[in-house]
Amino acid sequence: MLESTPRVNVSQDGSATVVELVDRKILDEMAIMEIGDQLNALVSAAESPRIVLDFQNVGHMSSSALGMLITLHKRIRDKGGQLRLCSIQPSIEEIFVITRLSEIFDISESRPEALASLG
Amino acid sequence: MRRQTLPSTWDAVQKAGQEVMDEVTRQGYDDSCSFSIRLALEEGLINAVKHGNKMDTSKTVELEYEITPEQVEIIITDEGDGFDCCCVPDPTCDENLEKPSGRGVMLIRAFMDVVEYTEPGNRVRMLKRRE
Repeated sequence: MLESTPRVNVSQDGSATVVELVDRKILDEMAIMEIGDQLNALVSAAESPRIVLDFQNVGHMSSSALGMLITLHKRIRDKGGQLRLCSIQPSIEEIFVITRLSEIFDISESRPEALASLG
Repeated sequence: MRRQTLPSTWDAVQKAGQEVMDEVTRQGYDDSCSFSIRLALEEGLINAVKHGNKMDTSKTVELEYEITPEQVEIIITDEGDGFDCCCVPDPTCDENLEKPSGRGVMLIRAFMDVVEYTEPGNRVRMLKRRE
């Protein structure tokens, strides 16, 4: 069986898990599914996940990727956890604003700010 | 207008999409314009493969495009049954905000200057003028 490509860099900062998205473009279904699987594995492994998702490398993303993030957000919320998005490039942030998803997600300008905002 | 007939696979449509974007870059469109065009193009191609042709590799996607210094025109046609673009639920309504799908058409409309669907809805024409 083929191992999926690591599409996220995971590190620990105190009790928070920091996940940096590796791909510059998050567009095709296969990549989105792999990222979703890797993030879901982190959520499953934690009792009350505290995750910071860093978008600094991401220059393009599709509406399917938004769907994956919404599902992830619900799973984390259902487990009583917290999700923060950070370092989103202005053009990508515009997508969150246009779709009103900026009202659902907690978005921070930087990783330190996102980590500090975790309760 | 250039025309390509593509198999309904991610690889094929992404490669074709990249060729369009390479030409957009050659024509000197700025980052903001290029971002909008790429987003709409990718969403249009994904919709054609996934929702139009339902991943049926025996069906094809037709991609037509014309890129001039003034504007970029893209037409994407699939072999599906089409859809009524007026009946797509508004993903920004409170009751739809947390639904994981249904934002592609909205994003295309938001980022392009002209978006037209031809009945039965399996053909979309979109236009972006240089800013």
